[in-house]
Amino acid sequence: MSAPSASDSSVSRRDLLQRATAAGVLAATGGGVLSACAMGGGGGNDKAAGGAKNSANPLGVSESAPLEVVIFNGGFGEEYAKAHEAMYKERYPKAEVKHSATIEISKTLQPRFVDGSPPDVVNNSGGNQIDFNGLVSQGALSDLAPLLDAPSLDDPKKTVRQTLLPGALLPGTYDGKTMALNYTYTAYGIWYSGKLLADRGWQYPKTWDEMIALCRQIKAAGLAPWTYQGKHPRYMSWPILSAAAKLAGPDILVAIDNLEPNAWKHDAIKTAAEAYYQLAVDGYILPGSEGMDHIQSQTEWCRGNAVFISCGSWLENEQKAVAPAGFQMAVAPTPSLTKGDKLPFEAMRGTSGEPFIVPSKAKNVPGGLEYLRVMLSRKGAADFTKRVSSLTAVQGAEEGLTLPPGLQSATKVMKASGDKTFNWVYNSYYRKLERTLVDAACGDLMTKRINPAQFVEQCQRGADEIARDSSIKKYKRT
Amino acid sequence: MRHGKRLFIATFLVPPLVLYALFVVSPYVQVFQLATTDWGGLSPEAHFVGVDNLRRLFADHYVWNALRNNAILLVVMPVVTIVLGLFFASMLMVGGRRGRAGVRGVRGSAVYRLVYFFPQVLSVAIIGVLWKEMYAPNSGLINGALRAVGLGSLAHPWLGDPNLAFWCVLAVMVWSNVGFYVVLFGAGMQSIPRDIYEAALLDGAGRAATLARITLPLLWDTVQVAWVYLAIVALDGFALVQIITEGGPGLRTDVIGLRLYSTAFGEAKFGYASAIGVAMLFLTLSVAVLALRLTKRDRVEL
Repeated sequence: MSAPSASDSSVSRRDLLQRATAAGVLAATGGGVLSACAMGGGGGNDKAAGGAKNSANPLGVSESAPLEVVIFNGGFGEEYAKAHEAMYKERYPKAEVKHSATIEISKTLQPRFVDGSPPDVVNNSGGNQIDFNGLVSQGALSDLAPLLDAPSLDDPKKTVRQTLLPGALLPGTYDGKTMALNYTYTAYGIWYSGKLLADRGWQYPKTWDEMIALCRQIKAAGLAPWTYQGKHPRYMSWPILSAAAKLAGPDILVAIDNLEPNAWKHDAIKTAAEAYYQLAVDGYILPGSEGMDHIQSQTEWCRGNAVFISCGSWLENEQKAVAPAGFQMAVAPTPSLTKGDKLPFEAMRGTSGEPFIVPSKAKNVPGGLEYLRVMLSRKGAADFTKRVSSLTAVQGAEEGLTLPPGLQSATKVMKASGDKTFNWVYNSYYRKLERTLVDAACGDLMTKRINPAQFVEQCQRGADEIARDSSIKKYKRT
Repeated sequence: MRHGKRLFIATFLVPPLVLYALFVVSPYVQVFQLATTDWGGLSPEAHFVGVDNLRRLFADHYVWNALRNNAILLVVMPVVTIVLGLFFASMLMVGGRRGRAGVRGVRGSAVYRLVYFFPQVLSVAIIGVLWKEMYAPNSGLINGALRAVGLGSLAHPWLGDPNLAFWCVLAVMVWSNVGFYVVLFGAGMQSIPRDIYEAALLDGAGRAATLARITLPLLWDTVQVAWVYLAIVALDGFALVQIITEGGPGLRTDVIGLRLYSTAFGEAKFGYASAIGVAMLFLTLSVAVLALRLTKRDRVEL
């Protein structure tokens, strides 16, 4: 997929120049050449007339208003969106639906946000997504409450909100307002090949001591126990935070999200960092991992050169072309650190991802919301799962479908995790904190340049820096 | 007919000047204006903040970290590129010692000239992707070659090693630039009269002496130009760094251009990014002026 893989696209200098030129044109059309301003006028916002609101049309969609959808053309492609658009068109045959897809969401759409003419629905995802903190704090997004409180398409007695998995709205919610709908549902855990483990007679370990013991065995058998996405070492922050949350309870994650003082210095995080640091100290990591990007390291893992890797459930789709037949991709929660962990072994991080937004200045806001309602219908969600092998935030939409092995495994462990499932969102509140600061600390930890105490120190320094920066809007959650 | 001539000139001159004003001058002017605002780049709304951005800039250790890397690039990259360029060019043009008489390049110089120019034909994006794969720890060509000849102990996770990543990127910059300067210096050497070389040869001057005493002084103007160009390249470095390392590991290969870019597009702080841009403009200007001043020398008249 998309959201967490930063390097899925590279930007050339020419692109940047084109962007600059585009800004120039924008300015030039805005007024006199030199007096103009790249900030545009913000005018020209002729909203489409809404339709009448009634029980069949709770959002007041105008039947004939055109709808424009822009999709992030990443791991999921764009075909699924065309199917959703066809479903929308089925409901509103008179509406013209305009579809486009790009991997450069930010560069393509940023001028249109400034100009006041953004599309009606945007799949704001990928390495070049538009910063959510910026979008929300600058009032560029519609509150999705009307959609969430509207009756669902399948069952008029249930609101859309009630059809979603628990916690699915958390990542798109800022100060209590849901501004982004995260459509997919992702399990974060530790991945392995079911076949490899079965062939060698190994068992996935439930405690960290067992993990270390198994690593010793694996290394003796001539394999590398672990690898990680070296150039994006933040992937290793996921098992560390998960293990810490299981040790001390998910409240420590709330503290991190809220940038509370010394949140990262909690003993549990240090203990978890020590556990994963052990992998580096004992030489259980595939040599060279630190120099590999996510595709390179995941490919080594698929080739059977390493046994475990931390990732989210987009992994199966990402490695589709490389994973050998019969690989039996499977995911498991992080091993418990101690016997006294607050959460059971089964608990794991589950989160919705792949954000969809309806810009506040869109011409057809009701249409945009209605499009999301179509996506969240059982039909829309099942179609998505079938096409791209990913779960959606819609409860039970995958039932009755044949799922590939990795997704089957993810579904199973997520069910086992149930209401013990936890999540954190500091990465979407403060993108830089995860993508730059925690990322760097993980890189240093996994290559033994710093020790676990310095690791928590460094993460805390990053969080404090964000907390002090008055130009960044802060969000709280409970 | 005077009037007609002026009109004629104007019809050619005005369109490019208008385009230049529109697409080059006006964005520059706007950046100055934006640098004094807190514009976030996602709405038309912006507030005037005066010199706040500038103040923030001076205290921003990420900017200083990137600047430090640019400074190292600025010192090392032009020197290495120019020295290599001069060396290759002189070998190709006058380095040959085969036969008794005449001044010519080393054997196969036509082939080398072509090969050196290859990187220049590739777009910078391709160069970046190419080298990213070359440096890959297990599947990359460099470690593969080292292992194939029994030097496996020298294999490194190049871009994953904070002590090496920066130099790896620098090497790519030199690699991708040197070909152009070989051609530039080669063309300059062609305008140096052959008899000077022949006289030097008769007097028994070796290759090194010829390069230092004859070629370099006579090429000084060209070297000076090369210096300014390369200094500007060194102060930028955005595209290659963005593609090869994205500034990593842990911002150790960050450059000011990339900082500007991620501030604007990653963190949605266009006002602050514009301030970085303005600072960068003045920095580049002063470096260019400085480079011209420091390399000023009396011209050798032929």
